[in-house]
Amino acid sequence: MGRSHAGRNRGDYGEVMGMENPSEPQGTALTPDEWRGKEIFFRNFHTKFTYSWDTGVAIGHFLEALKAGKIVGRSCSGCNRVLVPPRMFCELCFRPTDDWIDVLDTGVVNTFSISYVNNDASRREQPLFVAVINIDGASPGMGFLHLLGEVDAEQIHVGMKVRAKWKPAHERTGAITDISYFKPSEEL
Amino acid sequence: MINKAGIEQYLYASFGPELKFGRWLIVSKAFTDKLVGDIGALLLDDQVAIVGIGYSGFSPATPSQSYKELIFDAASRAYAECSVNPRKDVGSFVCCEEDLWEGTSITDEYAPDQLGAAQRTLCTLSQDGLNGVATAYMHIKSGVASIAVVESHSKLSNVLSQSQVREFALEPYYERPILSDGIPVAAMQMRRFMHDYKVAEEDIAQVVSKNKKNGLFNQRSSYAADVSVEQAMRSPFVWNPLRRIQVAPPADGCVVAVLASAEKARSMTEQPVWIKGIGWNSASTSAESAVSSEALYAKEAAKMAYKIAGVDSPGSYFDFAEVDDTYAFKELQHAEALGIADMGVSKGNTQADAPVPINMSGGSLSLGDLVEAMGLVRLLEAVQRLRNAERKRSKGLKRALVQSWRGIPSSSGAVAVLGVE
Repeated sequence: MGRSHAGRNRGDYGEVMGMENPSEPQGTALTPDEWRGKEIFFRNFHTKFTYSWDTGVAIGHFLEALKAGKIVGRSCSGCNRVLVPPRMFCELCFRPTDDWIDVLDTGVVNTFSISYVNNDASRREQPLFVAVINIDGASPGMGFLHLLGEVDAEQIHVGMKVRAKWKPAHERTGAITDISYFKPSEEL
Repeated sequence: MINKAGIEQYLYASFGPELKFGRWLIVSKAFTDKLVGDIGALLLDDQVAIVGIGYSGFSPATPSQSYKELIFDAASRAYAECSVNPRKDVGSFVCCEEDLWEGTSITDEYAPDQLGAAQRTLCTLSQDGLNGVATAYMHIKSGVASIAVVESHSKLSNVLSQSQVREFALEPYYERPILSDGIPVAAMQMRRFMHDYKVAEEDIAQVVSKNKKNGLFNQRSSYAADVSVEQAMRSPFVWNPLRRIQVAPPADGCVVAVLASAEKARSMTEQPVWIKGIGWNSASTSAESAVSSEALYAKEAAKMAYKIAGVDSPGSYFDFAEVDDTYAFKELQHAEALGIADMGVSKGNTQADAPVPINMSGGSLSLGDLVEAMGLVRLLEAVQRLRNAERKRSKGLKRALVQSWRGIPSSSGAVAVLGVE
């Protein structure tokens, strides 16, 4: 932004930073005309980056299993854990993991958050529930991020038991979104 | 640690409690010799060595492994070489990676697991791997760690917008409105360098031919080929005067190096490769200033490294050099800046039988461009050659120069002086 006199009447810098008197802001206000009339200089730049990440062995097999309607993990005989999502090495033991393990498509809500607005601040028709699900069959505290559905905001709680709501087989592509969401598995 | 208490402790241990400092203290020549020798050894023990180095990938694409699996592979090999357990033995982990090449912001958050560094001391530098070596070197020198690990990798095959990432590195106010890729900056540097140093097209084609052929002796080189000077001169222009064959093509791979204090190093490996000196420098970045015929960053980084290592005349000190050749002309420019092109740059030490052979590995022109990992790639090549001193192409090689550059449009780089004695 370029306007050489913009900082001239700013007064004590500390006051501005501290916003001690927000009703009398320091500095020179920018008028809409200055913006629209391009009196203020900006240099705009837009770019787009595209990536295509190799999934490798662990993520690749996990996604393949999702397409088949299953959740898989990897076991480590060093610490006797079942890692979900799977990885080919154990980060605690620093050794290769050992076997593929089918885990369940049920779990427990570890934590969650609710949003009533979209990223652009427009109001959502239905609130969005995101949650971390600890997957049954995986070691304690292991699981992944997903959405919750078929539930009301006031019913959701930490420790709520949930089950995956799978997309129909023909719609699955080998992605985490092959599960539409997790829904309560018990009567609330 | 050498201090007064340490020396007193040493004398006490060597000569018993009756020995006191005083004006009556008379010592034999044998004693002073021993003292000088032992203090010399203590000083020598202040050194830092590379004790393990591992790699994976080195291919135009690595679809069978995720970047984490690639790193785990390289790290496992590096640790196995020097029997290190990363979960217990390593005091500092340093990763060198750049968010835009990864496609993830704060990408260092994803660095620990595959290195064995979960819940341990790790830092990430958005710099070349050789800068990571400098950081690990300092961690050891300062006593923060006695064993340190440096990692860097490339998954360039996954970056479909390589041109856009290079564009994003250009200065936003003056340069990006004009250029949409960094490659023409390299072409303009090349033109000015050729102009100032009277470098002919043939000289640059010779670098291409030499490096492509050298790569044929290196199993890691994806782009090695038997290319003649004439063939190199027929390659099409990317940006005149830069030809396609003069640009290192992208490659995937990972290198992990284990560094240790002298005390640890001797028990960890039979072949420590000592870091005799290290230096780094950032000159000034913008197309205007980067289009200079001199690689100032390499010159200044070398000055720092040579001072630490006590190198007075690099042209006769080094047995070989691994020098940045991301663009073929860069090898000549860097050789000049490093002081190893004694005969003048246009007849630079670029031949395999030169006093200081450059890029016997094949360089980036054969190995490919592994972006941030490139400094560690050159380090790997130098370390392996120093360790294989009995082999035909490595006979008697004891002192190596390693230099890296961060790439267009940067004017940053690092230099390391390595030795096996």
